[in-house]
Amino acid sequence: MSQRHLLALYSNFNEAEAVVEELRSTQIKGFDVDKDLIVKSPIEHPEVEEFLGDKPVRVQWFTLGGALMGGLLGFFLISAAQGNFYAQFKGGKPIVPFPPNFVLTYEMFILGGVFITVLGFLICAGLPARRSPLYSANVSEDQIGILVKSDESAANTLKAIFTKHHALEIQEEAGR
Amino acid sequence: MKDIREDIAWAKINQDVLKSLENPRKLYWVILFVAIAMLGVALGCEVYQYNVGMGVSNMDNPHMWGLYIASFIFWIGMSHSGTLLSAILHLMHADWRKPIYRFAEAMTTFSLMTAGLFVAVHLGRVWQIYYALPYPNERGAWPNFQSPLLWDAMAIFTYLSSSIIFLYVGMIPDLAICRDRMHEGWRKKLYTLLSLGWEGTDRQWRNFRVTYLTVACFLIPLAVSVHSIVASDFGMSQQPGWHITSFPPYFVAGALYSGCAAIITLFIILRYVFRFEEYMTLPILKKIVRLTFAIAMVWTYLNAVEFASVWYSHDQASKDVLIQKASGTYAPFWWGMIFCGSVVPLTLAFKRIQTNIPVLFAVSLLLNLGMWLERWMIVAPTFSHGIYPWTWDHDQWPSFVQWGMVFGSFGWFTLLFMVFCKVFPSVSMYEVKEMVYHRSQESKRLEETGKFAAAGKGAH
Repeated sequence: MSQRHLLALYSNFNEAEAVVEELRSTQIKGFDVDKDLIVKSPIEHPEVEEFLGDKPVRVQWFTLGGALMGGLLGFFLISAAQGNFYAQFKGGKPIVPFPPNFVLTYEMFILGGVFITVLGFLICAGLPARRSPLYSANVSEDQIGILVKSDESAANTLKAIFTKHHALEIQEEAGR
Repeated sequence: MKDIREDIAWAKINQDVLKSLENPRKLYWVILFVAIAMLGVALGCEVYQYNVGMGVSNMDNPHMWGLYIASFIFWIGMSHSGTLLSAILHLMHADWRKPIYRFAEAMTTFSLMTAGLFVAVHLGRVWQIYYALPYPNERGAWPNFQSPLLWDAMAIFTYLSSSIIFLYVGMIPDLAICRDRMHEGWRKKLYTLLSLGWEGTDRQWRNFRVTYLTVACFLIPLAVSVHSIVASDFGMSQQPGWHITSFPPYFVAGALYSGCAAIITLFIILRYVFRFEEYMTLPILKKIVRLTFAIAMVWTYLNAVEFASVWYSHDQASKDVLIQKASGTYAPFWWGMIFCGSVVPLTLAFKRIQTNIPVLFAVSLLLNLGMWLERWMIVAPTFSHGIYPWTWDHDQWPSFVQWGMVFGSFGWFTLLFMVFCKVFPSVSMYEVKEMVYHRSQESKRLEETGKFAAAGKGAH
């Protein structure tokens, strides 16, 4: 069955929320709200997450891994360097001293945490990405976009729902 | 008076900020030209010092650090308020930060880049700077990981790279706006590349929010650690005037102070040059001014603690340095520091001054002069009056090469900062929209509650 992608633009969040509610309560063949619907907005709007329902964010796991990896890597690299640098006078102090190494470990902990968090963000947010053909520059200005993909046969039902809630514009294209 | 008008159309926010990228006032070009001329002075001095040697800077033994390291600390300090305040205010949901945090974060990045240059210049043999890098090498030598100077290098690298990441990540949605709205050309290509294909999907925003918050959480302890470590460069030595327990908090307070003063200066300049009167409003300026006043008082208190702990510790060498500062060759500068750092900020307590732009501009410059003098007064007097009598040389004076380099560093910073503000949006468009949206929603809610209450329906 061939697919259809549709993008409807709205002027406010209330209309967008009403559309999502209606899509959720209507049985549409080949369309699942949780998988086939994307909301695009010009601002970070917590209410969008509320009406879309809970979706997991896994960036924190990257943060944890990155910070631990950074800290451990920092400590062991420094210790290895100190262990191989016999020419340096230690004045009776340990070859691998913990207090000063803690400072550098702490910095590496943060460095690893920040770098890997951003890597996690890129992976989890699907960036960098090619811009989808169904994109309106108005979304980055002041309009809210609702992008859906469904079976070709359901396209008219979806368009009717979009129009009912005062869509400013509806774009469509054949899906892959 | 409200921080920002709630009825500004979102399209207008885009339009106003994007206009700043193309059409600033003429003063912008004047500032840029002056900055380039100032940078030219520093370049000339560096070329001269490079060819002739460090002797031309008039540094000798024991005056090893001079204006270079004093300015290094100044620039590190100035970097503090941008990212640190942005992160703290973000965590505390203080939305008045939204129109001003972008340029403050850029200030952090460029201050750090300026500070880094002083380390290289101070080394003299800049071509051998790679000796300081920790990598396995044929010389069989590693840097000393127990030295606070190495911690400093690591802390600054971490802070610089994290600040750039924080600045960039926070800018991605705005870069997408630039990509969508700019005409074809090199700018559009640049924004297309840097926006990474951002479309503002719910998935992108969800992950963006968590990422930004997480990086902000990391940056707060990092920023505190950076200036504490700079303080360790001094505090961990046995030199009189430096071996003081309160140095780390003193340095952190001083850094926040000079950063806030610089934010006021740049706020006023950007507001005029880029016609941001609608976004960088007087109520927001008032909030920064009050914050600066509070930090100035903390700094004054910590100064008093430092003097008292030296005076009552009965460490004669440290006491002598303090007496030298107050009555010796450096006395005019030391008293200048006290005046600019502790007396001038008292003017900020007056409500009429808190929104008087010309006065605030002058005061912010004086505050930063005071903070620069503070760094010089930490570095130089100790070298001139150390523990051993052979170090006592109160007539040592930095040469024009050192002064030229300090002068030029302001040109370098201004050049980088102004170019940034012309190429990238210095006001965060999407966050100003959020601010306007949430405030208008709040007003509507209050209005409705008021109506219900008036009709006798909301009192239950």
